[in-house]
Amino acid sequence: MPTLLLRNGRVIDPSQNLDRVTDLWIADDKIGGLGSPPKPPDEVLDCTGMIVSPGLIDMHVHLREPGREEDETIETGTRAAIAGGVTSVACMPNTEPPLDTRDAAEFVILQAKRAGNCNVFPIGAVTKAREGKELAEIGKLVDGGAVAFTDDGSPVFNAEIMRRALEYTKMFDKAILVHAEILELTQGGVMSEGEVSLRLGLRGMPAVAEDIMIARDIMLAELTGGKVHILHVSTAGGVDLLRQGIAKGIRCSGEACPHHFILTDKELERFDSNYKMSPPLRTQQDVDAILTGLEDGTLSVLATDHAPHAPEKKAKEFDQTPNGIIGLETFLPLCTTFLVETGVLTWPQMIEKMTINPAKVLGIERGTLQVGKKADVTVIDPNVEWVIDVNAFETKSRNSPFHGWKVKSRAMATIVRGAVKMSRLK
Amino acid sequence: MKHLLGLNPLSAADITALLDRAETYVGVGVGDVPKRDDLKGKLIVTLFFEPSTRTKISFQLAARRLGGDVQDFSPGGSSTSKGETFIDTVRNIEAMGIDAVIVRHTSSGAPEMLTRHLQKHVSVINAGDGSHEHPTQGLLDILTIRQRKGTIAGLTVALVGDILHSRVARSNIHGLTKLGAKVIVCGPPTLVPPEVRQFGVEVADDLDDILPRCDVVNLLRVQFERQRSAFFPSVGEYAHLFGMNGGRMKRAKSDVLILAPGPINRGVEITPDVADGPNSAILAQVENGLAVRMAVLATTAGGGRG
Repeated sequence: MPTLLLRNGRVIDPSQNLDRVTDLWIADDKIGGLGSPPKPPDEVLDCTGMIVSPGLIDMHVHLREPGREEDETIETGTRAAIAGGVTSVACMPNTEPPLDTRDAAEFVILQAKRAGNCNVFPIGAVTKAREGKELAEIGKLVDGGAVAFTDDGSPVFNAEIMRRALEYTKMFDKAILVHAEILELTQGGVMSEGEVSLRLGLRGMPAVAEDIMIARDIMLAELTGGKVHILHVSTAGGVDLLRQGIAKGIRCSGEACPHHFILTDKELERFDSNYKMSPPLRTQQDVDAILTGLEDGTLSVLATDHAPHAPEKKAKEFDQTPNGIIGLETFLPLCTTFLVETGVLTWPQMIEKMTINPAKVLGIERGTLQVGKKADVTVIDPNVEWVIDVNAFETKSRNSPFHGWKVKSRAMATIVRGAVKMSRLK
Repeated sequence: MKHLLGLNPLSAADITALLDRAETYVGVGVGDVPKRDDLKGKLIVTLFFEPSTRTKISFQLAARRLGGDVQDFSPGGSSTSKGETFIDTVRNIEAMGIDAVIVRHTSSGAPEMLTRHLQKHVSVINAGDGSHEHPTQGLLDILTIRQRKGTIAGLTVALVGDILHSRVARSNIHGLTKLGAKVIVCGPPTLVPPEVRQFGVEVADDLDDILPRCDVVNLLRVQFERQRSAFFPSVGEYAHLFGMNGGRMKRAKSDVLILAPGPINRGVEITPDVADGPNSAILAQVENGLAVRMAVLATTAGGGRG
């Protein structure tokens, strides 16, 4: 049984309220414990000056396989994950065909195993073919490894279907992940509606299109006792609704993506499609509300909405380009630079939103350094400054608005089930 | 000035210089007045991805009257219908050695996108992009007003109709406010978003109420092709509330100037008696369009002062 010693790092594990400088050892694929292993380790990583964190989880990733391998494959997407310090991704079901059957979920897990990079947890579609008409075979999907359900990319627009999905998933204690959008209000929209969209002559999507559906789904969660998680919250109204829902004891949670708390719709001024996503970039007031929501705990999860698109697709006329940006390799440094460095969150608070909190939403036994759990660990240099270069990325796509940005902190080693999958340590 | 993407990026001085230059070009190449050679040896391309007859012809005539060579590349049955991308199409045309491209596109921002993909020496002139800007239309409207009224500063100009979808409205708003006019936008609230106040304009929804104050009324075309849902109940109701007719003219100042960017829908935004009446400058707009486009081409592709 090989052992690995991570020596002298600042071990931060919010799942156990742990934050101190110590050694951590791993035996085979499990956490052995703090301090020294019983016998001399087979391998030692010097983590002096580093943070040793439970492996980061990104619960909102589009891996594109099957069907859109020109954008990303499970192999390249998971390679990007470990390059960014992410040991587990949950992947969205809007593939072609969608992940709406047990065999589709099992295909993803098989491809992830073949790639051998990080853990991949498939998320199943709520409805067959993501058409919003009939429930997918949720029970079989659970048996095939699906950890949650969503029609992400699209909302479950029929309230009756959403209600039944929330009731039905209670049998398996799985969450429904909500892409909140009232389609009638966003039809043809390519950015947030406001002064900037009016000036640019681009069709706007009003913030209330998101708020109304967040309100609907929190109320349906209250009615049914089901569990909703609001994906990529981008509006001040959405943060407020979530705060009220949580206060009432409704089973709801929410996530924020870096672009929604760093950028505003003013970035669209030059019609650069790397700033086009759904939900869209909003106003400074929304950015401030998301930061407050992260600070007060309303938004318990950080995730990327990693959405790779091949360069030729993003190089079209603005209104003809697809929504979304890549995020796995910029996740940690952007969160550090704009949450920790700015004093919005402490390191343990940020790590909590990238580890144990998403693990709880998905109901997976990850995001912790407790003895005996799977040894997923991320070693972070909190002080290194570097410049983002999309051309050096592992992901297959290049659609990031953060190219050329100077950021702080970087994953220095990524350990998945006890194996060092990525190391920048000397 | 290398490109003309819109009036919003320009200063009042830039706009005034273009208008002054356009004044000197009115009538050039018509009848006995000789053509000029500002664009001699230059290849100017028109690339219209949206149907247009008059704007394209106006630009082509303008380039010829400045001695330029003109070639139309507007796709009909050409490569874009075979799946070639916009950028590839334009880069292929560029490789033929062009000096300027005049582009009209249904997508807002398409001309600006071209400036990032073409070689530095090629000028890009926006002939209308989506709902964004139509700068030469804005300039020709403003030139027409200046000719008739002598000045822009201090005038009250109403833009009536579909502000939400109109690129003509945006270029007019930016140009007129920069030159010191008071702009009132008037239309149903479905087509006049409240954020438009941030452009420094007054918002109104009662044409009869504002008419007595207006020196100029510019009647935007109802763009049936851009309607995605019911912005107003019927054409008849639109004409009833916002159409300019003989009855309404009585409420206006006697010297009110009536503009319409065209092509006009007679009986909808304007009735024939007004369109063809003494206050209308609709045909002067067409003539000024040529002069403005000559000024724009000479200033951008012609490389500087005349």
